Amino acid sequence: MILAQAASSLFDWDWVGRNIDSIWRRTVEHLALTGVALVAGIVIASALAAVAIRKPRTYPTITAATGLLYTIPALAVFALVAPLVGIGTVTQRFITAEIALISYTLLILIRNIVTGVNGVPAGVREAAAGMGYSEGERIRQIELPLALPAVMAGIRIATVTVIGLVTVTSLLGLGGLGFFILDGLRRSIIFPTEIIVGVVLSVALAAALDIGLLGIGRVLTPWAREGDR
Amino acid sequence: MGSQVQTDTMIRLDNVAKVFAGASQPAVANLSLDVDRGELVVLLGPSGCGKTTTLKMINRLIEPTSGRIEVDGRDVMSVPPHELRRSIGYVIQEVGLFPHRTIAQNMATVPKLLGWDAGRINERVAELTVLVGLDRSMLERYPTELSGGQQQRVGVARALAADPPVLLMDEPFGAVDPIVRGHLQWEFLELQSRLGKTVVFVTHDIDEAILLGSRIAILNVGGVLEQHDTPERILASPANEFVESFIGGERGLRRLALRPIGEAVVSRGPVIDITGTPDEAVRLMEEHGVSWVGLLSGDQLLGWVDASEIDGRPLAALTPREFLVSLRSDSSLRSALDAVVTSHARMAVVVDDGIYRGMVDLEAIAEEITE
Amino acid sequence: MGFLSDLVSWFGEPGRWAGDDGILPRALEHLWLAALPMLIAVTVALPIAVWLGHRRIGGLAANAAANIGRAIPSFGLIILAAIFFARAGVSLRFWPAAVALLALAIPPIYTNAYTAIVTVPRETVEAAKGMGFTDNEVLWGVEVPIGAPLIFAGIRISFIQVLATVPLAAVLSSGGGLGQYVVRGFAQGPGGRVEVFAGALLIAVLTLGADWLLSRGERWVLPEGRRPRSSEEIRAAASIS
Repeated sequence: MILAQAASSLFDWDWVGRNIDSIWRRTVEHLALTGVALVAGIVIASALAAVAIRKPRTYPTITAATGLLYTIPALAVFALVAPLVGIGTVTQRFITAEIALISYTLLILIRNIVTGVNGVPAGVREAAAGMGYSEGERIRQIELPLALPAVMAGIRIATVTVIGLVTVTSLLGLGGLGFFILDGLRRSIIFPTEIIVGVVLSVALAAALDIGLLGIGRVLTPWAREGDR
Repeated sequence: MGSQVQTDTMIRLDNVAKVFAGASQPAVANLSLDVDRGELVVLLGPSGCGKTTTLKMINRLIEPTSGRIEVDGRDVMSVPPHELRRSIGYVIQEVGLFPHRTIAQNMATVPKLLGWDAGRINERVAELTVLVGLDRSMLERYPTELSGGQQQRVGVARALAADPPVLLMDEPFGAVDPIVRGHLQWEFLELQSRLGKTVVFVTHDIDEAILLGSRIAILNVGGVLEQHDTPERILASPANEFVESFIGGERGLRRLALRPIGEAVVSRGPVIDITGTPDEAVRLMEEHGVSWVGLLSGDQLLGWVDASEIDGRPLAALTPREFLVSLRSDSSLRSALDAVVTSHARMAVVVDDGIYRGMVDLEAIAEEITE
Repeated sequence: MGFLSDLVSWFGEPGRWAGDDGILPRALEHLWLAALPMLIAVTVALPIAVWLGHRRIGGLAANAAANIGRAIPSFGLIILAAIFFARAGVSLRFWPAAVALLALAIPPIYTNAYTAIVTVPRETVEAAKGMGFTDNEVLWGVEVPIGAPLIFAGIRISFIQVLATVPLAAVLSSGGGLGQYVVRGFAQGPGGRVEVFAGALLIAVLTLGADWLLSRGERWVLPEGRRPRSSEEIRAAASIS
């Protein structure tokens, strides 16, 4: 790798113009990787959270296991899964990436779902039962809506985290916007423009989704906004 | 379900027992109790006596280990629990209003579960708002925006929404300060006199029990029923040592709280209309042996003046001072005694919304008590 | 089974552990790359956060720090730093990673320390003042002890995050601690499977080991009854806000 010296200016707008298509494709890839990871993560986390709520004794174990996955660096997780799944085809690489990304989201999602549901005041739950809600009705109409703020907070954090991790999947040949980061680096002369585009756009993506989710959360929980008491 | 026989008994507990898993002692052991239609029965006792457990068995929030419970003639086990609870009102100390719903939506909870149509629900919510004394502007607010007392009122309204014949209340007024609690208790008494619901009310506060209960069931640890009678009779003749020590001292005073002043105790007292003469006022004071006189205008009590202020001017020209302590016709003997003891003159006036009824003094009360 | 035996022989190769490219020197490099930013973050950012929290100002900064810290892809940060340092003609083996890691280490430590102090109940602080504590005594005798679990949680989160990012520096040059094995292995394609896996295994062991050590240390430092239930719990708890 030759160190980039004076010659090139820092940002080459022409390059951007020429590669808009590629940039767009990679953004979509980034969103796809993120989307799949989140949806699958939410589904799995919900199932595990349901278990943890019904049988509180399982919670420490579930937390420990997902915590393990969380602690191991994403790169290492990719690297542990890749040899097993293979990285020959695009599908294989996608699966490898997703397995790692999803396992990263589990801890925070499970934690927030459980905390959210358990955070519903006991008095509210008792009143709901006393008024005549069946268990299912109570969970659906009372507990889940009230758990929503915590769940949304978890989803937001998971989303932003995943977006950052997707860039690392560039080592697997995917990467979404991370592709540009790696590509700019791997050229015979480091090409800053690509790298900057990759970084800036992924941060922008994270910010946009974070704010979007925040807005959605606000809309879904009108009672959580108040200044009075 | 069929037609219910119109018996007087609304709730019947027959040898009901509850043993919690892993407990060596039963929380409630073989309790049998009847609650009549329209009465307010208070379950009273120290902690561990199983009063809350018993209450919760009536609507099956806790399932009885053995025994039978009937509400309005039917076995509570004959319907699924959540259906049963839709026909029983339930109010708890924490209130438990749903934070994610408006006050109106909270009140509409059970009607909605029962499938009422929107129009009927809205009507009912408006009725309830008036019934519990809330302002209509609160309907679209969320529970966190209300004060403790307001929340508690909403809790009661919510329980009454579907007009259930039975109301279960677990220390509903415990979470607010004493002043608000007093208001809530009086308002509830008024409500109950209008609605005539069958109420089972749990409390550990004897005075609350005496105030609200038509009958009190005193429970000892383990759900043992020590006495089940009217407040008056419990105070007059406690069944045993436990009841006696639980009620505590000042039984006499507490009984007085149950008796209204009555007409025999009230006398005219040293009062004179302002159209009277200063001489007549002086004569009145001498007659009653006091150094002050009350001033009336028609039947309105204006206040009192000290003898030294009567100097020959017309009475109407004087500035009377307010009586600091006053009673109403429906005040209890206990309040009367308290008022009389508090005032310097050992007298208390009885005034109903400004209208003078008379005066009460220590001797009159003493005579009434010893009768 | 072939893979497993390949793996074992990889570990058994002569010079694998102690040599130039050996596991031990790389592991040490890995730890060193993580330790330095942590040290700076703890000695600089933490006291500032605690002080500002004590004075109850600068809350917005804490919030912003938390969010920005989460959003920036650590990968991109390292690379950007690389560009900068490349232009400056400085060694790429150490500085880009060090700078990027410092930027990564600060947010959790700062935010948690700030939040820890700020969320000490006012009544407790006032009670202390009422009993005659001086301002400093309130800080060191009340606020810091009460906030300690959260502060430690922040340090732990930060350290794990930094440890996790060190391998990425391997993309830049021959640095990156144990990450070098992984990156090299990936570059070799299918043939590098064993190296990739071995590297990942080593990283996992190192990181989990470090986390475990930190949790022991936490137990040792924090008084009985103030201990968190599990590292993940606080880690996650600290991020709900």
